[in-house]
Amino acid sequence: MTTEPTFLTTTGAGALRLSATGSWTIDQADALRALIAAAPVNGGRAQLDMAGIEGLDTFGAWLIERLLRRWREAGGEADLISVPERYRGLIDQVRAANRREVSKPPRRWGPIAKVEDIGRATEGFVAELGDLVGLIGLVTVAAGRAILRPRVQRLTSIVQHLDRVGWQAIGIIFLITFLIGAIIAQQGIYNFRRFGAEDYVVNLVGILVLREIGVLLVAIMIAGRSGSSYTAELGSMKMREEIDALRTMGVDPTEVLILPRVVALVIALPILAFLGSMTALLGGGLVSWLYGGMSPVIFVNRLREAVSVDDFLVGMIKAPVMAFMIGIVACAEGMRVKGSAESLGLQTTASVVKSIFLVIVLDGLFAMFFAAIRM
Amino acid sequence: MTQGSVNAVISVRDLVAGFGDQVVLDHLSLDVCGGEILGVVGGSGAGKSVLLRTIIGLVKKRAGEVRVFGVAADQASEAQWRAVERRWGILFQQGALFSSLSVRENVQFPMRQFLRLPEDLMNDLAVVKLEMVGLRPQDAAKYPAELSGGMTKRVALARALALDPEIVFLDEPTSGLDPIVAGEIDILIRTLQRTLGITVFMVTHDLDSLATACDRIAALADGKIVVEGPMATMLASDHPWVKEYFRGRRARLSVPEPTPGRR
Repeated sequence: MTTEPTFLTTTGAGALRLSATGSWTIDQADALRALIAAAPVNGGRAQLDMAGIEGLDTFGAWLIERLLRRWREAGGEADLISVPERYRGLIDQVRAANRREVSKPPRRWGPIAKVEDIGRATEGFVAELGDLVGLIGLVTVAAGRAILRPRVQRLTSIVQHLDRVGWQAIGIIFLITFLIGAIIAQQGIYNFRRFGAEDYVVNLVGILVLREIGVLLVAIMIAGRSGSSYTAELGSMKMREEIDALRTMGVDPTEVLILPRVVALVIALPILAFLGSMTALLGGGLVSWLYGGMSPVIFVNRLREAVSVDDFLVGMIKAPVMAFMIGIVACAEGMRVKGSAESLGLQTTASVVKSIFLVIVLDGLFAMFFAAIRM
Repeated sequence: MTQGSVNAVISVRDLVAGFGDQVVLDHLSLDVCGGEILGVVGGSGAGKSVLLRTIIGLVKKRAGEVRVFGVAADQASEAQWRAVERRWGILFQQGALFSSLSVRENVQFPMRQFLRLPEDLMNDLAVVKLEMVGLRPQDAAKYPAELSGGMTKRVALARALALDPEIVFLDEPTSGLDPIVAGEIDILIRTLQRTLGITVFMVTHDLDSLATACDRIAALADGKIVVEGPMATMLASDHPWVKEYFRGRRARLSVPEPTPGRR
């Protein structure tokens, strides 16, 4: 359909004359580029005859314009002659294009740029911390208001979220905690057996699961499973201006969107942590019986001696605090989403990474606190 | 081409399309000639966008025939259809700009897909396209989230024109824009059509667009094209919906007549 573009070069009367033929369209991109690159540029007069052109599009027109500019830059004169009427509009439009110089952002010098980056990152970190504290305040205020003026709507919302982050998460929590309990018991028996201390596997499993692993594991899984979905939900609502719409109707987004989510998580996580701990003990007991040869009755009796109510309480007290942290971080990240799909992905990742990090930091702080009060 | 007018670049014959139980397009036939601007009008939910999406292959048709450049999507090989897709550009209603790419990268995206060009040439071309649709070169570095509605439409138009297509499909190019910007877009489409010689298939609600930009109008109602022709034909039509649309209260407001006693 398209024909190869060519130049016929003739020199006469002191002027270089190029006659273009063929299709000057994007289908002939490679041939055209080679042609333009090979065109002679000297300081003299040059004319480009367009009469023989069979097709022209923006691409071809721009290449011609580029050649003309090159000729002029070299100090010569350059003209287009016998331009077919139908291409005149396009040629004129392209001639006006790319005239203005776009100011480039100032080049940054390596070491200074690094310092600047560190400064910006610090500033961002402080701002984020401020956002988190601010959101905690907002949620507290919203909670107070909701308690003073209870509404059925909010309760429905809490129940719906409870179903999603609590009930629907039970299956995966059971599976993972059961396996982890079983693995801890297996490793305990295998390694303690060398000292003839395999009975102590009950202490290992009991204390580890009730104090630490049960709640930590469940919190990390919930941060990955429910925290990420909170961020994505709020983020896409933000992108589609749903949150702005709520605000303009005099509804506080913190009260209708964030509070029910955080409350649902604070209720669900302790329940899941309890169920998870029990399942982990079940897994540990099963392995002790099948692999370690310890009957379930003995396992339960030893467990009663090995762990105290304190161990159980230490685990359970942490659960709602971690849940609150996960909920707040997830919602704060969701509210930080901007217009693009990329930003939604970025904030969802940030939400999961930050909440897992914070859960582990909290766990460490709690360990120090409980050690100090000898609990 | 077996049927239809000789230089039809798009020909639709007895097209049936719908969702579930609902039939949206019921044995619809339509030709679009090379180099014309066709405006498709119809009430909300009449199936204008469905018609556009069926022609470009995003909605599966149930029966009938759609040929673009004489190629039918269901009979063509993958490569043949690719070649057809390469020759059209589409402006989606919401712009459909890729939000993770800058304006420049959005315009260059089709070039990167189909051609291998050096970076500086692509940058030049992107700016040429952007200036053609009335944007400034410094807008090239912006991201879609930073653009206003009118700018989004212009960038989307620049992207649709990136490969100098022969057909441009426009899905409500002026919706959601103020009348001044909408008017500029209408003139822009007209100018681009003249300079580049493209065929334009435009779905619109905008009476002003129809009056200023379109060569021919097709009115869609009850799943069929009920009236087809220039503005004069529309105004003379007896079809109740067409009558209401072109000669109703709002239409008179947009083309003011000397009505005594009103403000």
